[in-house]
Amino acid sequence: MAVPNQSAASATPVSSGAPKKGFYAWLDKRLPVSEFIESQLTGYFAPKNFNFWYFFGFIALVVLVLQLVTGIFLTMFYKPGEATSFDSVQFIMREIDFGWLIRYMHSTGASAFFVVVYLHMFRAFLYGSYKAPRELLWLVGMLVYLALMAEAFMGYVLPWGNMSFWGAQVIVNIFGTIPVIGPGLVEWIRGDYAIADATVNRFFALHVVAIPLILLALVGLHLIALRRTGSNNPDGIEIKAKVGPNGHPLDGIPFHPYYTVKDTVGICAFLVIFAIIVFYAPTFGGLFLESANFEPANPVSTPPDITPVWYFTPFYAILRAMPDQRLGTLAMLLAIVAFFFLPWLDRSPVRSIRYKGWISKVALAVFVVSFVGLGFMGMRPPEGLYVVIGRIFTGLYFLFWILMPFYSRWDSVKPVPERVVYHAH
Amino acid sequence: MVVANDEVDLSRRKFLTSATIGVGAVGAVLAAIPFVASWEPSERARALGVPTDLDLSKVDPGQMVIVLWRKQPIYVVRRTPEMVSSLTGHDDRLKDPESKSSEQPAYCKNTQRSRKADILVLIGICTHLGCLPKQHFAAGDPELGPTWPGGYLCPCHGSRFDLAGRVFDGSPASVNLRIPPYSFPNPNRLVVGVDEKGEA
Repeated sequence: MAVPNQSAASATPVSSGAPKKGFYAWLDKRLPVSEFIESQLTGYFAPKNFNFWYFFGFIALVVLVLQLVTGIFLTMFYKPGEATSFDSVQFIMREIDFGWLIRYMHSTGASAFFVVVYLHMFRAFLYGSYKAPRELLWLVGMLVYLALMAEAFMGYVLPWGNMSFWGAQVIVNIFGTIPVIGPGLVEWIRGDYAIADATVNRFFALHVVAIPLILLALVGLHLIALRRTGSNNPDGIEIKAKVGPNGHPLDGIPFHPYYTVKDTVGICAFLVIFAIIVFYAPTFGGLFLESANFEPANPVSTPPDITPVWYFTPFYAILRAMPDQRLGTLAMLLAIVAFFFLPWLDRSPVRSIRYKGWISKVALAVFVVSFVGLGFMGMRPPEGLYVVIGRIFTGLYFLFWILMPFYSRWDSVKPVPERVVYHAH
Repeated sequence: MVVANDEVDLSRRKFLTSATIGVGAVGAVLAAIPFVASWEPSERARALGVPTDLDLSKVDPGQMVIVLWRKQPIYVVRRTPEMVSSLTGHDDRLKDPESKSSEQPAYCKNTQRSRKADILVLIGICTHLGCLPKQHFAAGDPELGPTWPGGYLCPCHGSRFDLAGRVFDGSPASVNLRIPPYSFPNPNRLVVGVDEKGEA
């Protein structure tokens, strides 16, 4: 079948010029290869003023691939089960050629994923990338984040170290605080009267099959939604509003080659840092791999204190800040759910922080400080001053969300320029 | 209703569509049952959940022994008379001194929360989020202050319980430690998981 809509695309200066022949022509007639490259890369126009913060979406994609590849290889040697999990991880670490490297890439990749995703989300906070018409893009992104949390949690249980066991115990028991159905639900999730063989087996199935499939589907949706609305940019201006004679945005440049090249630089920098951690600090001082996890799961010995891996600690700190367990669970849930409402909580007429007033800037700074602060408190034992500081940060965290509809509307705004601010290099 | 051949009966079509969707939805729910049910504890897990025995003659006064029942640590304490008397006098600092909202067999719903005053049997899992509360049996434990009557402190989130597993105010846990069903076939033998009503 011939490609019918070539006429529209051929108007672009960047469209594939030379006539196709040979195998490529044969292939293109049977699979819309050039059409795909055209619509997704060479004919997809992104704002020309992307900055540092725009690296992280692409890096997240690369980390996803890294996790899939290293994960597939780990499943070849890992044996889920109460009696085998811990030993098979030691087997990977000590007896498989380069097993240590594959595992450290996977464990570092998990933390890297969250670093990159948190920076990617912060970018959206900075430039209002969640605001209309990109609400759905943001919501799908949040679902990716939730799937990632489930994936990371279950992956952490698999090595069956003592922190795996007790972390699973604490997290699964959170469901037990749900009124009426809680206790039965917890038993159903565990498949036993305690975290046991059945639990690690089903977490393995979810971690390697179910959630990765969901994650891939959601990432696909995220990209499709992004192609529909186009990327936001540091100025928060809709580039589609100013179109040149060729029908393309005046402030847009084709994603390929411009941004593929730029993102390659970002990937190189990322991989340098990643390799340094994998080779020189794979446990990252107990942040990426906790010391309590170097001894096997033991149902009759709790580690000195149970702390989740760093990427969960802000929410864990909120859970612990509450004096009552139901309140704690509810607060933690709200702390996550709040993100879903961000597109409607922000009533500011402008998108980018560049054109928002000082209140919004202070609010965002307070939010970042309280989120990072909660992260630190979540790693400390729940006593004395840590509890007090945890409660203060929890308060500030929720004030950011609750007051947003008000301060975002009242805050002064600067005039937004017609075209993006861009200085050629 | 008579409808000409070339006309579409929209209401009939709508009814058939919703009937098909309805039957399909019921079918989907029914088809989900085996998958959901497969996550319930298996027959093997249930069979391994049989009652656990303990020879009480091996437990000295003031000592705690941990036995496993259904993979849960069960704390068994032979309380000294001083430990039993430490249970009175701090009711105002407890969230639920009479164990109204906590989980225990009816025969343990008393001040000592036990069948015999000296033998305390608890599920050693913090009712907050499931860590193991640690024993701090000495009254006035320096870590817990001079008013501490003796009991348990959860290392994870700081919940405090007295020597009957009753939770103190200011703890993140809001209910007392759970008590499993248990019985004494003879004075020196404790069986956890079974009582006059049968197995749990």
